[in-house]
Amino acid sequence: MQHAIIKVKQLQCGYGDHVILRDVSFEVNKGEIITILGGSGCGKSTLLKHMIGLLPAQQGTVLIGDEDIISAQGEVRQRILARIGVMYQSGALFGSLTVLENVMLPLAEYTPLNAAAREIVARLKLRLVGLDAYADFLPSALSGGMQKRAAIARALALDPQVLFLDEPSAGLDPITAAELDALILQLAHSLHTTFIVVTHELASIFTIADRAIMLDKQAQGVIAIGAPKTLAADPNPRVSDFFTRHAY
Amino acid sequence: MAQIEIQTFPEGKVLQLSGRLNAQTVAPLWAQASTLGVCEVDASKVSYCDGAGVALFYLLIQGGARIKDLAPPFTELLDAFQADTPLYQAPIPAKIGWLTALGKATAEHKTAMRCAITYLGELSAAMHQVLRSPSKLRITEIFTTASKNGADALPIVALIAALLGMILAFQSAIPMRQFGAEMFVADLVGLSLVRELAPLMMAILLAGRTGAAFAAELASMKVNEELNALTTLGLNPIRYLVLPRVIATTLMAPLLSACAVLIGLVGAAIVMLSFNIPIQTYITRVSSIVHLGDFAGGLFKAAIFGLEIALIGCFRGLQAGSGASAVGAATTQAVVSSIVAIVISDGLFAFVFYLLRW
Repeated sequence: MQHAIIKVKQLQCGYGDHVILRDVSFEVNKGEIITILGGSGCGKSTLLKHMIGLLPAQQGTVLIGDEDIISAQGEVRQRILARIGVMYQSGALFGSLTVLENVMLPLAEYTPLNAAAREIVARLKLRLVGLDAYADFLPSALSGGMQKRAAIARALALDPQVLFLDEPSAGLDPITAAELDALILQLAHSLHTTFIVVTHELASIFTIADRAIMLDKQAQGVIAIGAPKTLAADPNPRVSDFFTRHAY
Repeated sequence: MAQIEIQTFPEGKVLQLSGRLNAQTVAPLWAQASTLGVCEVDASKVSYCDGAGVALFYLLIQGGARIKDLAPPFTELLDAFQADTPLYQAPIPAKIGWLTALGKATAEHKTAMRCAITYLGELSAAMHQVLRSPSKLRITEIFTTASKNGADALPIVALIAALLGMILAFQSAIPMRQFGAEMFVADLVGLSLVRELAPLMMAILLAGRTGAAFAAELASMKVNEELNALTTLGLNPIRYLVLPRVIATTLMAPLLSACAVLIGLVGAAIVMLSFNIPIQTYITRVSSIVHLGDFAGGLFKAAIFGLEIALIGCFRGLQAGSGASAVGAATTQAVVSSIVAIVISDGLFAFVFYLLRW
């Protein structure tokens, strides 16, 4: 029997009184790669931000392990946050720190490793995303795609159990995007890291995703969950059209 | 928990690693592992290995160790991290002599100077363009900027001016009372506020508030490529962004200074009342010592200070580098440069006014 590491129960997301998503419920198993799909403005990033506890939920719970990140405070919240890594859409690297220092920051805060060990761990993470030669650069000196890769290295710094990636392949060239997909599969296989990936890249979805969660703006919630190939053949055109790139 | 056990054989050392290799368990092993040198590592009992574990294996491999019997998923991880290849070493920059450093600094200053002159030239050209076709001037933007940087700044200017007037009157009245000269406090406060303190204090506040805001706003726009977007839309950023700010600030600074003078004088009047100097007497003294020329000189200085603040704030914003830290750097430079420019020009004004017997 597979162990669910994330349980989203009857989550209602939105901003103020405005509801974006309602009654969202699903579970994610350990080592599973889940992609969140949907048209622009359907609430993919909003759902992600609720799942990592950045935004307060209007209703419902998000259990990571056995702890609810929505209601967690203080040390409990810190403990949950140490178990997750997040790569933001824009990279969100700290502009005043070099790429290496960005990756070393969580290591310095959360691990007992000495400075030399932290540097080797961080440089190896940067090598993993092909940026070891840019370790001493400021983020502003990197291209958009390189900043994304550096952000992935930072998210990986603590080897989190769960990694949330917000549009990781957007803006990357096809070869780098394919390498990133291979990296995600590698980490899921070797370390049983769980991935929640918001993406529009069909090639990526079919390559990496064990299951996909389809959100819909009109339905204000989840309209389908399943393996990408199953969803591509779904009788509901709002689901299958996403995979066939059918325009209305 | 991870364990490290070293056995020495005639053929060499064998290091046996066991348990979970993560940041918590690798940290205590690190110092020992870094001194091992050439050995064989039996990793058959490693049950988990994450990035920190890979770093430990990297350290051992680079020290000459040979890893054997590591479970396949972790071997794949070592391959993914290329743990057998040394990390990239950035080339050490060549040392430069003092003469080269001096030359570089001079060249940088020359470039900065050229940029400043180009900026003033572009602003003059934009001004000329606007004078020829006034419809190109963004009047609404001027009013919005004037409201934000003039009217909205009035409460803080009023507070500081009132306190300045009161403190100045109080501190001078105490020693002057010993000579029965409290009456002359009105002369002192009136002249110093009108000619010097009100414009200077207002300018320093404006530099911290408006100059910093201009620099931050324009630097953010540059970082977000909004300036490039303006240029490709065929809109000159100097005319579109800088000119309205410069005009609004140059016009608002004298008004703020005039308000500061009046409020400062009221503050001083309240203190004078406590020294038994009637309001009527105080007003008569001030109006007899402060002439219209003094007031006009103060307002003229304030206008020039406002011009300097807007010019420097916008220039620093436009010159910002890339990244979030560039916005902070531009803001700091704007405030520091503005205050230095204000103080220098105030000194020049004092000298010129003296020569002109103004």
